[in-house]
Amino acid sequence: MRFTLRIWRQKNAQDQGRFETYEVDGISPDASFLEMLDVLNEKLIHEGKDPVAFDHDCREGICGSCGLFINGRAHGPLPNITTCRLYMRHFKDGDTITIEPFRAKPFPIIKDLVVDRSALDRIIQKGGYISVNTGSAPDANSIPVPKPAADRAFDYATCIGCGACVAACKNASAMLFTAAKVSHLAMLPQGQPERRQRVKRMVAQMDIEGFGHCSNTGACAVECPAKIPLAAIAQLQRDFIWANLTPDPQIK
Amino acid sequence: MSEILTIPIPTKTEPSISWTEGSPILENRCPSGDLEKRWTRHKDSLRLVAPHNKRKLEVIVVGAGLAGASAAASLGELGYQVKVFVYHNSPRRAHSIAAQGGINAAKNYRNDGDSIWRLFYDTIKGGDFRARESNVYRLAEVSVKIIDHCVAQGIPFAREYGGYLDTRSFGGAQLMRTFYARGQTGQQLLLGAYAALQRQVELGNVKVFYNHELLDVVVDEGRARGVIVRNLITGEIHRVAGHAVVLATGGYGNAYYLSTNAKLSNATAIWRAHRRGAFFANPSFVQIHPTCIPQSGEYQSKLTLMSESLRNDGRVWVPRTPGDKRAPQSIPENERWYYLEEWYPSFGNLVPRDIASRAAKRVCDMGYGVGPTGRAVYLDFSDAIKRFGREVIYQRYGNLFEMYEEITGESPWETPMRIYPAVHYTMGGLWVDYNLMTNIPGLYAIGEANFSDHGANRLGASALMQGLADGYFILPYTIGDYLATQLFVKNSTDTAAFADAEKETRERIEKVLSTKGTRTVDEFHRELGKILWDSCGLARSASGLSEAFSKVRELRERFWQEVRVPGTGHEFNQNLEKALRVSDFFELGELMIVDAYHREESCGCHLREEYQTEEGEALRNDNEYAYVAAWEWAGEGKPPILHKEPLKFEFVKPTVRSYK
Amino acid sequence: MKAATTTPSWLHTSVGRKVIMAATGLFLITFLIVHLAGNLLLLRGDGGAAFNAYAEFMSTNPAIRILEIALFAGFILHIYQGLYFILRERKSRPQGYALNAANANSSIFSRTMRLSAVVVLVFLVVHLRHFFVEHRVLGSPLTMYESCKAAFENPYYSAFYVVSMVLLAFHLAHGFYSGLQTLGLIMNSRIERIVKWIGAGLAFAIPLGFAIIPMYFLLKTF
Repeated sequence: MRFTLRIWRQKNAQDQGRFETYEVDGISPDASFLEMLDVLNEKLIHEGKDPVAFDHDCREGICGSCGLFINGRAHGPLPNITTCRLYMRHFKDGDTITIEPFRAKPFPIIKDLVVDRSALDRIIQKGGYISVNTGSAPDANSIPVPKPAADRAFDYATCIGCGACVAACKNASAMLFTAAKVSHLAMLPQGQPERRQRVKRMVAQMDIEGFGHCSNTGACAVECPAKIPLAAIAQLQRDFIWANLTPDPQIK
Repeated sequence: MSEILTIPIPTKTEPSISWTEGSPILENRCPSGDLEKRWTRHKDSLRLVAPHNKRKLEVIVVGAGLAGASAAASLGELGYQVKVFVYHNSPRRAHSIAAQGGINAAKNYRNDGDSIWRLFYDTIKGGDFRARESNVYRLAEVSVKIIDHCVAQGIPFAREYGGYLDTRSFGGAQLMRTFYARGQTGQQLLLGAYAALQRQVELGNVKVFYNHELLDVVVDEGRARGVIVRNLITGEIHRVAGHAVVLATGGYGNAYYLSTNAKLSNATAIWRAHRRGAFFANPSFVQIHPTCIPQSGEYQSKLTLMSESLRNDGRVWVPRTPGDKRAPQSIPENERWYYLEEWYPSFGNLVPRDIASRAAKRVCDMGYGVGPTGRAVYLDFSDAIKRFGREVIYQRYGNLFEMYEEITGESPWETPMRIYPAVHYTMGGLWVDYNLMTNIPGLYAIGEANFSDHGANRLGASALMQGLADGYFILPYTIGDYLATQLFVKNSTDTAAFADAEKETRERIEKVLSTKGTRTVDEFHRELGKILWDSCGLARSASGLSEAFSKVRELRERFWQEVRVPGTGHEFNQNLEKALRVSDFFELGELMIVDAYHREESCGCHLREEYQTEEGEALRNDNEYAYVAAWEWAGEGKPPILHKEPLKFEFVKPTVRSYK
Repeated sequence: MKAATTTPSWLHTSVGRKVIMAATGLFLITFLIVHLAGNLLLLRGDGGAAFNAYAEFMSTNPAIRILEIALFAGFILHIYQGLYFILRERKSRPQGYALNAANANSSIFSRTMRLSAVVVLVFLVVHLRHFFVEHRVLGSPLTMYESCKAAFENPYYSAFYVVSMVLLAFHLAHGFYSGLQTLGLIMNSRIERIVKWIGAGLAFAIPLGFAIIPMYFLLKTF
């Protein structure tokens, strides 16, 4: 297959950046999108040009490293997948493909298609955990967790931290990301002691990082490779309102 | 210093495999006495560091996978000053995240007779009696606490309706001791360790440096004193001093280019440590998993694992005519060769991993392979679908069928899957003592980066267990024993050792950038991978290994003359990163070949064609090879030095692993 | 605004502000329903008797007057937060995408809240000037019914009114669902489906009900 690629090139954070157009030929329909870019890069190196920088690692959809905005969509034209699990057979021979980095103020561009997503880690730092020191845990079966709650917790916990929710959101909001963690821990008995503080602190950090607000367009959930449902956001909202409007029942 | 830069002088004669034998390793700090009490007594005998002194001690942790993140978090909780370096853009990206199946623990929640002893025995037998009894027993012992801790962290393990933890059987075990979180256990455990790490970051005990790759370990007067790292975004080289250095940088399966490892996984940290004096143990012990989606073309960058459980209902076959290009559905039954069923009538398609892997290689070598590259066999579900109906098969494997279809574009409902074995995990790694310390005082290796617990073959669901055991429950105790001696050491990067290491690093970068040849790093890496895969993969032979050795050496020389790395060292340069990693794979590849060549027996993953029974079973030689092969770097171009650590079996009797 | 100084700080977070948007938005929807019910009296064909009585009641009843203050506060808060978000939006993505296929992952209504809000806001200003200011501030000699009739018989005004109602429909098509989601009330996909149906019904019925009135008056002039 043959493709014309319009790729965002930007030398570093200070550079203005621009689109450049490349041609690739002889691409197998079974090649993944990233492998197609590998082919392009090999070609560019041979031509003495600077290869295109892009993030990737596991290439099986779980590490959350890859993230390209392809033809106007986070992770490309299919819903709920990562870029590494997008295959060229989903494009037509001769297509022109536009590739941009994930764009958001809290995701500064490092080079070309590589962005810094450490803002998401800083949200987690504010409370995306249960404060338990190694060695202090009781027996694992001492606190039963109803299966439906455990299953929902798992659904929320599968977030891979790729940032597609931010990239797809018209307001560059990180609500789905934050809500996934808040909701995961809200489902479990172990998460209760810090539940109220967690949601407040994580939301505050989300704002400090410069993410936008959530306007419930639902774009995030359509693009989310981990299929985090919008119910996570509703859960966060509930917890947030509750935590701010009611007295803490744990303080007697 | 200059020796690191010099390419070995090309000799006229063919390079051949050689090594020298050094003194055996007699001190590994394994305690003696009752197996059950060893770890407890050992812990009680370790030196302690008082809380107010812990704040004065700095520990460098490299890598933040299961082992690194759990260790860094736990050390932070103890009060040490911890610096973590990761080459990823977040500590949550480490490849532990991709582990699917589960984590073993001797909880005996099933009341099925599990015990620490049984987990210990299964693991040491699974490793084909090439691991230390003391280490493996300790692993089984702490496995219990791992589950407790992970549940307390909020990891959403699978549960039964009563609210208690569910377990399943795994890898042919006779007990159900594997805890799991659907097919994403590794992800959930890693995110748990990652979250614990982020908590320590917030508390100010741990500082995580993103996009920083280790390029050298600094050893001064025989002790690890710090590391040289490169900021991958700016290209700056930094010296970092610490009272101890912990390497948690994973395995080296990517030496083979194609593997189930993540693309960036590499051996640079452990290889640089090796060059600074750390012994490298059993480098040729590499696990090859039989059911992976095969390579579909030259462009392919990695291989994806498909759960082994598929062989319960799938039948493996190839066309009876080599090179038969017909669509599989149109090949009549009598022209299909169910070679596993024919060769192993009693086990059929359910032969153990290594046999299944080797058989697939054999039929493909004979020219029967299918698919565009001829390196695949069919795994056919049509009989099972006929017998049980679509519904049942969907219940069992629906998600795997979807995943296969997503990747290959072919539906396993219509056409058989194509599968092939792939490199998956490395049991070998840096040699460590019972305290997880390498032979360089102050330098530790944990997780897949060390060699410690899996012998010659790792059991399923044991990698997660080992990574977390090392990080949460072993290293935090044992490292104190060393740090207690370092209280009055003032850390300084202003030493000759640091200056030398930095200079060498800069020169190495300069050298690879200035070669300006004609071939890309990937082209070399692919070629290296093919050599290793063909002769140091599923089956090894003296002649094949000898040939591979000279090929690797020749390729390495060509690499340093012909490689082309665009860009500079003062910027974000992914090709430079790749070139440095691949250059280390070349040297490691040579050592893997030497190790495979020297071990004249078959054990676990290591099948020497010369040493097998008539039925193709591994023929172990406990009299001569019941030892850990710990290799010492002797210098550029010099044959490595072999130190043997004899393995004593006081509690289990090595037997022939039988699958009949 | 005095209220702001005593507002707890959580209302200044992005989530808190959305809660204000949601609560005021849903409150304004209830107002729209009441307002529409009253307006439909215009269609009774009694020369405006019922409508004028209703208008009289609404402008003199003390309970209503108090509610009116709440209504104004609701409008102001809703608009204030809306403007805040409009100004904020660009900041979180200073450089936009060259190509954005947003249609594939979100509805046109959800993405045009700004546009529909601005149009409805302009309408609101004109509308208030025309009726509220005219009657309640300047003390118009006309009855309320006469005012309406005069306005709606003007084709330009009616066209503006109808177009505004279309945009109001857009606003409600996302707003009702969005408000409930922001209050955390949409806990699962079943509730989501029901809410989306009700939202669609409201977005269709309320603006249509309002729009029928000027069209009725306009058509009567022919």
